[in-house]
Amino acid sequence: MCAVHRVGQRLERAPVVTQTTVNEDSGGQPARRSLRTASRFARSHPRLGLTTLLSPPVAWMLVIYIGSLILLVVSALFALDPISQKPTSNLTVDNVVDALTNISALTLFVQTVGTAALVTTICVAISLPTAFFIAKIAPAWIRRGLMVSMLLPLWAGYMVKTYAWRTMVSPGGGSEFAAEGRGSGGFLQSVIGWTPGFSWVSVVIALTYLWLPYMMLPIYAGLERLPSTLIEASGDLGAHAWTTFRSVIFPLLLPSIAAGSIFTFSLSLGDYILPRLVVDGRRRVMFGELINTTLGAPNQPLAAAYTLFPAVTIVVYLFAMKRAGAFENL
Amino acid sequence: MNTGRTSRIALGLWTLGTVLFLYVPLFVVARISFTTSNSISWPATGWTVSWWKEAWVTEGPRQALIRSCIVALTATGIALVLGTFAAFAMQRFVFFGKNAVSFLMVLPISLPGIVTGLALQNTFSRTIDLGLFSFRIGFGFHSLVVAHATFCVVVAYNNVIARLRRSSPFLLEASADLGADGTQTFRYVTFPLIRSALAAGGILAFALSFDEIIVTTFTAGSGYLTLPQWIFANFARPKKPVVVNVVATFVMAVSVPLAYLAQRLSDGE
Repeated sequence: MCAVHRVGQRLERAPVVTQTTVNEDSGGQPARRSLRTASRFARSHPRLGLTTLLSPPVAWMLVIYIGSLILLVVSALFALDPISQKPTSNLTVDNVVDALTNISALTLFVQTVGTAALVTTICVAISLPTAFFIAKIAPAWIRRGLMVSMLLPLWAGYMVKTYAWRTMVSPGGGSEFAAEGRGSGGFLQSVIGWTPGFSWVSVVIALTYLWLPYMMLPIYAGLERLPSTLIEASGDLGAHAWTTFRSVIFPLLLPSIAAGSIFTFSLSLGDYILPRLVVDGRRRVMFGELINTTLGAPNQPLAAAYTLFPAVTIVVYLFAMKRAGAFENL
Repeated sequence: MNTGRTSRIALGLWTLGTVLFLYVPLFVVARISFTTSNSISWPATGWTVSWWKEAWVTEGPRQALIRSCIVALTATGIALVLGTFAAFAMQRFVFFGKNAVSFLMVLPISLPGIVTGLALQNTFSRTIDLGLFSFRIGFGFHSLVVAHATFCVVVAYNNVIARLRRSSPFLLEASADLGADGTQTFRYVTFPLIRSALAAGGILAFALSFDEIIVTTFTAGSGYLTLPQWIFANFARPKKPVVVNVVATFVMAVSVPLAYLAQRLSDGE
């Protein structure tokens, strides 16, 4: 608690710093003069400048974010009062033990990691040929337009796109798809006569759709940096297209793929809204749904214990990707 | 490039397929918003703007839209200040724990939304006792702003630091050599340099906040519905499903041009 307090004092000091900067444009003559003195002072004391610049964002992140994460871990250690359903002040490791030994929760988590990994793999598989075409084959005049068209859907809105996939995969028959003359179902059913329906397959397709641009962008950037002469040299030395891809292009693209996978993997791993729109019924397909229902049970400590699964997974994953050079390619 | 003709055509078709995959669902949603029937089934029947009128006069989506905008604007403002500070510190100084700071910035956006959401919800709902005084943050507009600003900082930070890295460090020295003091250098050299990066970061942060639903659901409390939450609350309500399509189409129509503008700005005008 003492550390939190100390950081809290730093946060209290922070707004003063912010105001000084804001005043810069509006200040009159005296204010400007004192500011000039301040800036001269800061220049002769570089460490002070660093502290001034760094403490507001770092204090915000530490107090609000890291502080909350620590509190979340702590909250998993409180016992739940069986009658009032509220966390008590008794410390226990039961919740964490419960979470770790619950076979169905573990199975669901493994399945969710599998789903996120599958989504990432599909994103890579779609992005590689597309990004290669845009970066190396497409004529220069359409290159930019094509890349922008890959990125624009990113901003159409998560909810909009999730809702769109509900319309796409709906098998029809529900009241909102009430048959009125022609057409009684979603787009896929009507146009190609097949739909995965409200199922796990739809979750994979929709997640791939949502996060594909995040994979496309780093791979494209990586390919753009890759000199075409390397590929030509490989061809001149007698390598087939596949060999060139496997032993020249792919290894050089690995950091870019790692960068993209941070988004595709992590964003897929925690999702619990999307399954509710593209899966009907009681079956849980994503771990996030379990956290959410546990929270609503209400069993906040157990829900907090469950969040340790994705949180630890992602932190480990981030460290691994940092080693793979992902952060320089974000 | 000596890629064979067949493989070039194959790759071209693959790219075309990707474009279709990305745009067909959006087109379907937009087309259905003009349907004459009261169902969101395909094929859509006829053309009418009556659902658009319906959505316009409905209280729910309009209020949610305004709320989303206010939250996004406030969060963006905070994120720009914090992100710019961090970017300048990281670019101009070498210090212990630099790697940790860059990790700290990326963390809120890399951890799954449900972890961030639950962690913040837990903190906001608790009475925090600091010894001298205790307080409870609670839920509503302010908790949403704090949560959104936290994961928006990284966007502002990334844009500003990318611009600082690309610009020559000699500009500052040149400015000082010409007799400018720190304030003047900031006003006439540094700020114009990062202006478009700030604008781009601001638009992206706005879009990120405007769009967010998972952390939002956890930190908004009950009464405060943003636009994505409104869509979520209404998607299954069979009474007027097409109104949801109208709102979704509206979001696309507004955010996609904004994103394009941000792209242009971050490329450096």
